[in-house]
Amino acid sequence: MALLQLKDESAGYNGKEILRGLNVTIDPGERIALVGESGAGKSTLLRLFYERLGAKAALMPQDSALVQALTVFHNVYMGRLHQRSVWRNLRNLVLPARADVEEVRKVLVPLRLEEKIFSGVGELSGGQYQRTALARALFHTGDVIVADEPVSSVDEHQAREILETMNAQKQTVILAMHDRALAIEFADRLIGVKDGQIVMDQESAGMTPGDLDNLYLNGVE
Amino acid sequence: MIARREPSPLARTTTGFLFVAIVCWIFADIAISTSDPWREFGLLLKGIVTPDFYATNSLGLALAYTLAFALLGVALANIFGFGLALIFHSRTVRVGCAFIRSIHELFWALIFLQMFGLSPLTGVLAIAIPYAGIIAKVYAEILEEADQRPLSAVPVGAGRASTFLFVRLPDAWAHFRNYSMYRLECGLRSSAVLGFIGLPTLGFHLETAFKEGYYSEVSALLIMFYLVIATMRIWMKKPLLPVYLIGAVIVLPWGVAFSLSNIIRFLTEDIIPYPLRAGGENMMSAFGDWLSLLLLDQALPGMVATIQLTMIALVATGFLTLVFFPLISPLLLGRAARTGGHTFLVIVRSTPEYILAFVLLNLWGPSMLPAIVALSLHNAAIIGHLIGRYTETIRLRIDAAKGANRYFYEVLPRVYRPMLALLFYRWEVILRETAILGILGIATLGFYVDSAFADLRFDRALLLILVTAMLNICVDSISRSIRSRLRLQTTLEQR
Repeated sequence: MALLQLKDESAGYNGKEILRGLNVTIDPGERIALVGESGAGKSTLLRLFYERLGAKAALMPQDSALVQALTVFHNVYMGRLHQRSVWRNLRNLVLPARADVEEVRKVLVPLRLEEKIFSGVGELSGGQYQRTALARALFHTGDVIVADEPVSSVDEHQAREILETMNAQKQTVILAMHDRALAIEFADRLIGVKDGQIVMDQESAGMTPGDLDNLYLNGVE
Repeated sequence: MIARREPSPLARTTTGFLFVAIVCWIFADIAISTSDPWREFGLLLKGIVTPDFYATNSLGLALAYTLAFALLGVALANIFGFGLALIFHSRTVRVGCAFIRSIHELFWALIFLQMFGLSPLTGVLAIAIPYAGIIAKVYAEILEEADQRPLSAVPVGAGRASTFLFVRLPDAWAHFRNYSMYRLECGLRSSAVLGFIGLPTLGFHLETAFKEGYYSEVSALLIMFYLVIATMRIWMKKPLLPVYLIGAVIVLPWGVAFSLSNIIRFLTEDIIPYPLRAGGENMMSAFGDWLSLLLLDQALPGMVATIQLTMIALVATGFLTLVFFPLISPLLLGRAARTGGHTFLVIVRSTPEYILAFVLLNLWGPSMLPAIVALSLHNAAIIGHLIGRYTETIRLRIDAAKGANRYFYEVLPRVYRPMLALLFYRWEVILRETAILGILGIATLGFYVDSAFADLRFDRALLLILVTAMLNICVDSISRSIRSRLRLQTTLEQR
């Protein structure tokens, strides 16, 4: 059964229509990258996917969006905020419970953030910051991750590490990416967005970055 | 020929306020009526430099009471203010908060004095109620301005309470703590001043000592007060807060009894306008007479004097600020001179304007002058401090002019807008204080309120307090519209 199905739908924000004529089906286990120029509507499409998926999906927003005043533990714990009672959440805010610290630690170890668990997120480096945002999404129990430019502010080595972890730990991955080579390498399916429409939707196998040129050049070839 | 430029809205507003202040000044009574004000001033100065800490053995207790009222009042205000901030989107709550904060803590104290007498409840509630109204507004603004982006990463299905706890509260928390510290400083000033209407805080001893001419004792009381405020960031530590609060509860004399029948009589009889209470055939026409007489004979002249004094004090505060801020600005003065400037500004802004006015009134005799000087000194020290700190963030080019040229060409144009923002922000505060200074004998609204309380005409007192509150709310909304028209903004740290 499909995870998500769009039939001739449109999307936008603040009452302004940005995308129209959307026909997409997403099945469990797919690894999808949305590609296209910045401003083409990738984020809008991603948000529509996330809204339809609901609690099944964890979101990694574009700017990481960590809570500055809290520690790595608290930010990661937020991935399961919806599955715990308010009292448990309040207790963990004031005095983290040992069991929950253990759970969070398990997610942090492979991301090399274990020793930062009680550091404020303000003290982290750019890469650690992005990995914390990933850890929060991984801690979320949903099978799907929806990530908007998850590797925009890290070097290529760290980018590969983040994308590999994502692919390994979540069943279904939906990304928006501006790096064409990485998109082709890590996704099985590419969805190209241009001029408010989906203009391309195909398997990535065998593609080269040059094949995506017409998504980026303004119609001039 | 080059056409003359239209004056900027900023310049026009400044000229307008200046003009109004000058007109108010022309009609103001500003005479010094005491025969030899400088002799008394000399005695005061002599007392100030020879403080006597053993003049009264109640100094420690007065200090403890002052702290206790402030701590309990501000703590309660924080709890209620925070709760109200969460439901501040409701219009009823917003209007209610605007109303309770438009009434000065001394007026609240005068009201509670009739109900609870000298019970500590009077002092604690007098601080807690108006402060809760202020805190609710500021906390609501802080929550509104907090970083909203992490909201998008909260899992679908997370409850509102959990989301609030993890996303909105943490960023706001540091601001809450800073603001509470500032409020506690204000609370200490308010608490000290409550002594002037009979509560056992520093103001009570200050008034007595001053009236008797024991200036060395006055000096000791003030020095202790400054020390408490200046060291606040050292002794006010989070883990110690419960100790302080419990200590405050223990130290206050709760044994002072108050009678329930007194409270009921006050609420159901005393504050009902006399003609309505008396009833009879001509009740409504008698009530009309009562109302028009009160409004024309007391409220109207009180309002005129209050507005007159406020406008003069507001503009004088502006001028003094321009003199005060360079005292601590690294752009204009060296390190040594700035240390002196800081000390001066701390002392002037820590002295409640009420106490300043009281001292000057005793030296110069009754007129508007002491009030003008007290209000503008105190407020200019506060705004001057904030503007001086603001100039620390300004980077001048290396070849910038020096001296007076630097002040007028480089610094003043940069600080003028933020200064006006703060000045208009404090307009309402100045008005509230102006009304209160009437208790000292200047014919502003507070004078009529105080006289009505003294004559046990509580119905009149309450109506006059309501008039004062309405005036305050009006000025607040005028100030808000001027600030938004001129796009004058204050930052969180400056509220």
